[in-house]
Amino acid sequence: MIKFENVSKKFGEITALEEINFEIKEGEFVFLIGSSGSGKTTIFRLILGEYLPTEGKIFFEEKDTASFKGKALCELRRKVGVVFQDFKLLANRTVFENVSLPLQIRKTAPEEVAEKTEAVLKMVGLWERKDLFPAQLATGEIQRVAIARAFIADPAVLLADEPTGNLDPETTKELMKILKEINEKGTTVIMATHNSEIVNELKARVILLKEGKILSDEKKSKYLLPKDV
Amino acid sequence: MTLAFFIMMVIIMLASGAEATLKFLESRPQLTAFLSDEAKPQQIELLKAKIETTGKVNSIKFISKDEALEIYRNEIKDNPLLLEMVTAKILPASLEISAKSLSYLPEISQVIKEDPLVEDVLFQEDVVSTLNTIINGLRKFGLILVSFLFTTSLINVVIVISMQVARHRREMETMSLMGATKGYIRGPFILQGVIYGVTAAVIAWLAGWLLLLYSTPFLVKFLAGVPLFPVPLIYLLAVLAGLLLLGLVIGGLGSIFSVRRFSKSSR
Repeated sequence: MIKFENVSKKFGEITALEEINFEIKEGEFVFLIGSSGSGKTTIFRLILGEYLPTEGKIFFEEKDTASFKGKALCELRRKVGVVFQDFKLLANRTVFENVSLPLQIRKTAPEEVAEKTEAVLKMVGLWERKDLFPAQLATGEIQRVAIARAFIADPAVLLADEPTGNLDPETTKELMKILKEINEKGTTVIMATHNSEIVNELKARVILLKEGKILSDEKKSKYLLPKDV
Repeated sequence: MTLAFFIMMVIIMLASGAEATLKFLESRPQLTAFLSDEAKPQQIELLKAKIETTGKVNSIKFISKDEALEIYRNEIKDNPLLLEMVTAKILPASLEISAKSLSYLPEISQVIKEDPLVEDVLFQEDVVSTLNTIINGLRKFGLILVSFLFTTSLINVVIVISMQVARHRREMETMSLMGATKGYIRGPFILQGVIYGVTAAVIAWLAGWLLLLYSTPFLVKFLAGVPLFPVPLIYLLAVLAGLLLLGLVIGGLGSIFSVRRFSKSSR
């Protein structure tokens, strides 16, 4: 589904990613782990087509993402749901409006928007809070809104950029349960995290990044993060 | 932008009013050649032919002594004393000439003056040349002012919409990353610019219309005899259509410039 072939990304003199190679298959749950600045977010931005690689190629459903422009790029992005590290919720819109935004963008019929938004908000336990604004929510709730928004349009891939950061263990467990459910429905989930407990509990594939390079890419039953990560 | 559109409307109305006045003057006999009492019909016909060969006249009308008396009587019908004193004998016959353009009058006058049959030539050279100067000046000044106002209005829209774009930048980026098309992201801003433009055009038109209504009594007196008033509704609607088009163009273009700067910075 997603393939990185010798991908490097440089910002001037700074090398964010170097010779990255991996392939993620449909329906997989993959953790991207590494310290801050290791290149996790850059990988997400490359998948979204926000950045183009300096070298190498990225394939999404066997098509080179560099060739996506205009409407094709929009179509690619519609296949990818994202939980941004900073959530990117729109402050002047309610929970309901934020979550339904991907459907509005697709010009989905209003009845379907209402129906799907209700279902997704109930799934993340926020239906009662649908009329509140992001500033009126707790951090855990904001993160759940972000997940609901990323998932509502049934994307083929869900990218979650450290969605459990700053969350208490209980809320983290809840969020992981939601992400697992989404993955079980067939959505490919790629999650960037620092949290080794989550990684160990899920026993999924782990790609370990350090200074823009892949240190390891394997599936283990127990994963211990290196101390410097 | 409303003020700019209002000034534009005033300039348009002044220019078209002056133009209509000039056209009115052009449509009337603008030059009168008084003929000597000895002039015979054949000689008058020859003179008419000579004037027509200049190719610069629309019409030539012969006014006989009797017709001149009739005109005179009509003009002074309120003064019976004068009516009694004047007879057809003392009034000269004349040729009333309408030129194709008021600028031809001096040249036609020169041709006529050279003829021995003509005793005197009368035309309002000063009024015509002044009106021509005013119209030309108004056109040049109007063009410069309208261009200046167009540019400032455009800059105005660009600044206002750019501020809106800057305020909603994060929202636009988020939408773009969710797969929103450029049209979907730009649409509300372009619509906003168009609404600004159209609203300014309508308000300016209403203000201009009120000003015209207010000044109509004065203008009717000032332009006595020139049939400009009441200003036809179709003309006012045409001005409104022009202003709306201008509002659409300025609002649309201004907002397109503003949002394109955002689009250039994102993929």
